[in-house]
Amino acid sequence: MARAVSTRRKTIATAAAWGIGLLVFFPILWTILTSFKTEAQAIADPPIFLGFDWTLENYRVVQERSDYMRFLWNSVILAGGSTILGVIIAVPAAWSMAFVPSKRTKDILLWMLSTKMLPAVGVLYPIYLICIRFGLLDSRAALVAILMLINLPIIVWMLYTYFREIPGEILEAARMDGAGLKEEILYVLTPMAVPGIASTLLLNFILAWNEAFWTLNLTAANAAPLTAFIASYSSPEGLFYAKLSAASTMAIAPILILGWFSQKQLVRGLTFGAVK
Amino acid sequence: MGQITLEQVTKSFGDVQVIPPLDLTIEDGEFCVFVGPSGCGKSTLLRLIAGLEDISSGAIRIDGTDASSTPPARRGLAMVFQSYALYPHMSVRRNIAFPMKMAGVPKAEQDKRIEAAAKALNLTDYLDRRPGQLSGGQRQRVAIGRAIVREPAAFLFDEPLSNLDAALRVGMRMEIGELHAKLKTTMIYVTHDQVEAMTMADKIVVLRAGNIEQVGSPLELYRSPRNLFVAGFIGSPKMNLLEGEVAAAQNAHTIGIRPEHIDVVDSGPWSGTVGVAEHLGSDTFLHVHDTGLAETVTVRATGEVGLRHGDRVSLAPREDLIHRFDAQGLRID
Repeated sequence: MARAVSTRRKTIATAAAWGIGLLVFFPILWTILTSFKTEAQAIADPPIFLGFDWTLENYRVVQERSDYMRFLWNSVILAGGSTILGVIIAVPAAWSMAFVPSKRTKDILLWMLSTKMLPAVGVLYPIYLICIRFGLLDSRAALVAILMLINLPIIVWMLYTYFREIPGEILEAARMDGAGLKEEILYVLTPMAVPGIASTLLLNFILAWNEAFWTLNLTAANAAPLTAFIASYSSPEGLFYAKLSAASTMAIAPILILGWFSQKQLVRGLTFGAVK
Repeated sequence: MGQITLEQVTKSFGDVQVIPPLDLTIEDGEFCVFVGPSGCGKSTLLRLIAGLEDISSGAIRIDGTDASSTPPARRGLAMVFQSYALYPHMSVRRNIAFPMKMAGVPKAEQDKRIEAAAKALNLTDYLDRRPGQLSGGQRQRVAIGRAIVREPAAFLFDEPLSNLDAALRVGMRMEIGELHAKLKTTMIYVTHDQVEAMTMADKIVVLRAGNIEQVGSPLELYRSPRNLFVAGFIGSPKMNLLEGEVAAAQNAHTIGIRPEHIDVVDSGPWSGTVGVAEHLGSDTFLHVHDTGLAETVTVRATGEVGLRHGDRVSLAPREDLIHRFDAQGLRID
């Protein structure tokens, strides 16, 4: 009997997982479908699911009207730059907190995380003024720094939890075997933490890629990434749903493909090192 | 060479002093065992010698040279950890090669030493495996191999056998003993298991709360424990410690008699009722109650004795093997 119950449970769990999965995926699917419709079909009531005339017209128009590659390049630079810079700063921070903890380590970690609770708009005014003062509006360098700072607490936390999983005795063994700090980090810690560092890079790349508040507020043309590219199609003069959808699809496609191929790392990253 | 000397070494964590001032000399080539209950500071002491913890005051000398502030990498000591602490991302070969790589040993020499160590430790067939694909005993051998190839001044073992099952532990105990006989290198071995200490050591250091209770050869500790703690800690089953009239009759506060030094006789000075009787075949352990001496008196009889739970028994201690202790718990000779 116990077997029968567990089978039924399994079926329910599977059905629930599929249900939630589809629910989460549906808006993305709908966006992709809409991008292949005409503007009239896109706002048709009742909505058309699949029975419409498939067209690539929206993609052609979007491509003509704006330089997709430039936005894409900016997104890559902002997300990539801020993530790499963040990891370079976070590795030593996480190393010292994980392996040489002090009485205040836990407090520092909590304090860092608490900065994520501050609504971004609360500091928009000062940061905007600083950017104007230093001529940093619409500059990629300023945005790389800001996105890095926003994600730094998460990067430190993630690396800290991964490093904590590495038994200190192995690092001590390396010390006994004659390794200095450099060799210890290079030959022992980093190879063992590669999966953790990879998921951290990946998750933060995605977070930075999707960041829309600072990228929309502090850019105009030069530094604008794909978030600004999407936003430019939601104009107040009339909504072009199909074109907006085409732009959105183009903007999320790279990150969707990246995420698809690195699902294993991502799941590990999202569970924050809780599962070994 | 590998003489290690501790001079007035102390260690404090914050306000808590875990090692009060301590002096100890471990001679070159000696097999020295630190033994004591958990929390007695034996592992801390080993880590101080290794350099993994800094001493709070005093000095550690290795072959006469002050090494108190030398980093672990340059003390010339090798350590085997309880958890083995192998590098999980490296093959057995690369694990063993790692200390030599750090020391800049030429590749050909590295290979030679790896082959020799693998042969000695029965690891030749496993050199290309990862630690995760090995059994506990094999992992411990890799950890020992990694220590041997460095040709250290001394080996430090931190409870290396406590993660192994009982049968494997006895085997590895002998292997380490053989290794010491062959290499004649100083070894310091930490354990809470007094059987390991008794069987392996040239010299045993009994520790309690960071203090050295007694230093001596296994038989010295067995024959003349300096105080009640050592008397109770060394020997299995434990020494019977008796107070009251029976001790007063010997001009002592407490007397101690080992279970193997009490004979089952037809008519002796002590008598009682057999409680649990453990029949091991080679020996029988009798836990005797109602003797009027202590709650339980343990007796170790050789071979099989036909006594069961509830039987009356008469006992005779061997007078010349009774240990006497004063009110402070110190031995009276």
